[in-house]
Amino acid sequence: MIVGEQKPLEEITASLGGARRVVVAGCGTCVTVCLAGGEKEAQLLASALRMATALAGAPVAVSDVTVQRQCEWEYLDAIRDPVKAADAVVSLACGIGVQAMARHFADTWVVPGLNTTFLGLPEQQGIWTEQCQCCGNCMLAQTGGICPIARCSKQVQNGPCGGSENGLCEIKRVVRDHGVPVTRTDARGKQVPVTEDVECAWHLIHERLKAKGRLDLITGLMPAKDWSTSRDGGPRRIVREDLLLLDEG
Amino acid sequence: MKPDQPAFEPELTAFTCGYCAYMSGDTAGALRVQYPANVKVVRLPCTGKTDARYLLAAFEQGADGVYVLACPIGNCHHVRGNERAKARVERTQKLLDRIGLGGQRLGIFFLSGGMGESFALAARTMTERVRGLGPSPLRQGIGNRQ
Repeated sequence: MIVGEQKPLEEITASLGGARRVVVAGCGTCVTVCLAGGEKEAQLLASALRMATALAGAPVAVSDVTVQRQCEWEYLDAIRDPVKAADAVVSLACGIGVQAMARHFADTWVVPGLNTTFLGLPEQQGIWTEQCQCCGNCMLAQTGGICPIARCSKQVQNGPCGGSENGLCEIKRVVRDHGVPVTRTDARGKQVPVTEDVECAWHLIHERLKAKGRLDLITGLMPAKDWSTSRDGGPRRIVREDLLLLDEG
Repeated sequence: MKPDQPAFEPELTAFTCGYCAYMSGDTAGALRVQYPANVKVVRLPCTGKTDARYLLAAFEQGADGVYVLACPIGNCHHVRGNERAKARVERTQKLLDRIGLGGQRLGIFFLSGGMGESFALAARTMTERVRGLGPSPLRQGIGNRQ
């Protein structure tokens, strides 16, 4: 699923551009499941914005509405009235939903309430991890179902690199809250970022293929990856002739 | 504050677990323990039902302070509902800081059904804490606009 995280309240408030009537729009699919932008979060943000703007001396009338998916036109049609009545919309969908909303309601000021973070899965309740980077040329068949593009810090093709030790990557992940690095005070009284270990994807790949008796898949040299299916050539597009609606004219 | 002005009596909303904490309120009554009359009690089936939306709604509707009364850690009827409540209260405190109301206006206490005196102590503790903080700036803002 698409995983997102809510932006800091101050950033959302600042992006409203002086709007007096605001709709917070939740999305009922991916961001509901990752507890970042569903109906509940839309109601919570609406309440927080009402109070924050009132305390700042410029109260804003904030309501909320949630649709099943903000990335499909027919669902957006259903909220045309509340959106048209608002000066601004805070979309709690991923970047796709925000853009669909901005395109569908061209007269309305649409701002994001989330940072769309990655394509991932819930490791457990409250913890999500990145699993896919949409490279457009899936190589999971060669790597035992573990993606070196999304999960190796360097995206190396013939890993592991020299930084792999005891199954861990040499880099540490900075722990973030609402996108902002979490810090702690070190022994010298200095604020330093809180970090956590990152698994070495190539170690995982090796262990997995070894268990499956398929180390042959990685004993040869993996050729340089063909990135032409990724961001090479700009935004990507898929056309399925068999699915296109027939011209009714 | 001018001498002739009455002391500020904070409006408090207490979300209680339907088991231990609500019973402790009953115990307080049975023991004739006095506690501030400015506390409005909202009963939850378990403090695992604590939702940041409820806590914010209480502030939006004029509460000067809000607190959650949960069972002691390890004694939740639903096993770990009180731990969930604690985590949600802490997250909501941070959100209240960002909103500008201040996370100190939100608290959580852990007590069992027989602890009537602790029920009253929680009410007094929150009343004193919020009295020190003053009326909710949100309520003042509403007052100013009228």
